Amino acid sequence: MDLLDKFNPIIEAKAKLPFEDGDPFMVCMEEVISQTEAVINGRRTILAGTNNYMGMTFDKDCIAAAHQALDSLGTGTTGSRVLNGTYAGHRELEKTLAEFYGTRHAIVFSTGYQANLAMISALCGSKDYLLIDADSHASIYDGCKMSDATVVRFRHNDPADLDKRLRRIGPDVGRLVVVEGLYSMLGDKAPLQDLVKVAKAHGAAVLVDEAHSLGVYGKTGRGVTQEAGVEDQVDFIVGTFSKSVGTIGGFCVSNHPKFEVLRLVARPYLFTASLPPSVVASATAAIRKIGARKDLREKLWAGATRLHDGLEKLGFELGAPVSPITAVKIPDQATALRFWSGLLNEGIYVNLAFPPATPQGIFLLRCSLSSAHTAEQIDLMLERFEKVGKNLGVIGAASEKRPSGEAEQTEQDRPARGVAAATG
Amino acid sequence: MATSTELSEEQVFEDVVTLLKPFNKKGIEITRDTDFSTDLDLDSLAVMDLVAAIEDHFDITIPLNLLPDLERVGQVSEKVHDIIKG
Repeated sequence: MDLLDKFNPIIEAKAKLPFEDGDPFMVCMEEVISQTEAVINGRRTILAGTNNYMGMTFDKDCIAAAHQALDSLGTGTTGSRVLNGTYAGHRELEKTLAEFYGTRHAIVFSTGYQANLAMISALCGSKDYLLIDADSHASIYDGCKMSDATVVRFRHNDPADLDKRLRRIGPDVGRLVVVEGLYSMLGDKAPLQDLVKVAKAHGAAVLVDEAHSLGVYGKTGRGVTQEAGVEDQVDFIVGTFSKSVGTIGGFCVSNHPKFEVLRLVARPYLFTASLPPSVVASATAAIRKIGARKDLREKLWAGATRLHDGLEKLGFELGAPVSPITAVKIPDQATALRFWSGLLNEGIYVNLAFPPATPQGIFLLRCSLSSAHTAEQIDLMLERFEKVGKNLGVIGAASEKRPSGEAEQTEQDRPARGVAAATG
Repeated sequence: MATSTELSEEQVFEDVVTLLKPFNKKGIEITRDTDFSTDLDLDSLAVMDLVAAIEDHFDITIPLNLLPDLERVGQVSEKVHDIIKG
């Protein structure tokens, strides 16, 4: 028995996809020109799907800090945080995070993915309950699998459903409610005030993953928790350095008095090497900037509104109200693939998102903006979305949405679409 | 909603069959051996809706951890009966 035989359905499904013009899962950035441009397939391309919300990847202070750390401390720590992998910089980064959030504690992990694995699996043991939003990121689901807790899903962004489930579980066990500030696929925000109110009424702890909302929401960019005014009631905030912070890594901040014990029990913290000094240095520099750079937030929101309103005016169906993530719903898989490659040929890179990464079985062209995008670049995106959209009949020639039944389809899209319509 | 403790496993099975009706698109006969995936073609989204319907009906929690072991209707009614008994 070949161990990889179990993936035959995936291999066959992939072979059937109309990859006429390149594989969306094998894109290579041959050259990176700036936060917003790269060379792909030899073509200068506008990047509209990189989660680089604050444009920090080319910030000169972040680069300078990384250079200095690289030159003086070397390329890596070659060790766990609890052995030889804690440098002064790691401590400094944790102090910077705690100051930024106004919390007593901060812990840094080597990726955002590991931050969720570590926190969820360490906080919840076999006698505890995890209540997670049904649209949670894979890292949250995987954290649940890694914990020995009982896992209960509640309906996406539905405080009443959470309430019902907490009532059924009762008050006598440990309970952790896990939600995200901004959901990465559709770009929809959690109704955090209501969710937190429900959780606290039942005496449950709350963890909010602000991966896509750090830097973007709240007066000083602390995220949806700050914007919703519930920072004093959220027990744990998890985040990543791989989006607004412009590098890689993850973290959790908290005021819990026993928080520091997690350094001794969270396996994804213990059993992996710590972040390299250059990454730590640029993350620290970026966190220091994010709070103060209100101008970047305002520019990001202006761009996001321009893109969102423009796409809506063209007749596209969007996933959520304005946010730095704009998800364009495409009726079927084949059209989504053609649209994606059509945009790439026009010099626009967006993310193509399929189930199971997407909720409700839908197909998305997912755009994420950066404060570094100019209005001209956004207008170019709109122009090319219009061109490709009309070519494929996703939008009508007169900027009207065509009736759903008429969209171009192939035989193999039909079942997928039927499922989405029946259950979505 | 009936008082849960009064329900026999057979009654739970009958209720589950009733709750399954909206998900039985092909109108096949439901037995204890009916498989959710191969016989009813339920995808993960439909499974979530069905589980929620069963949870609401019996006012119980069916954790995500249990789902991989619940492939057939009879397994669900047995598990639900166990959960109700506590």
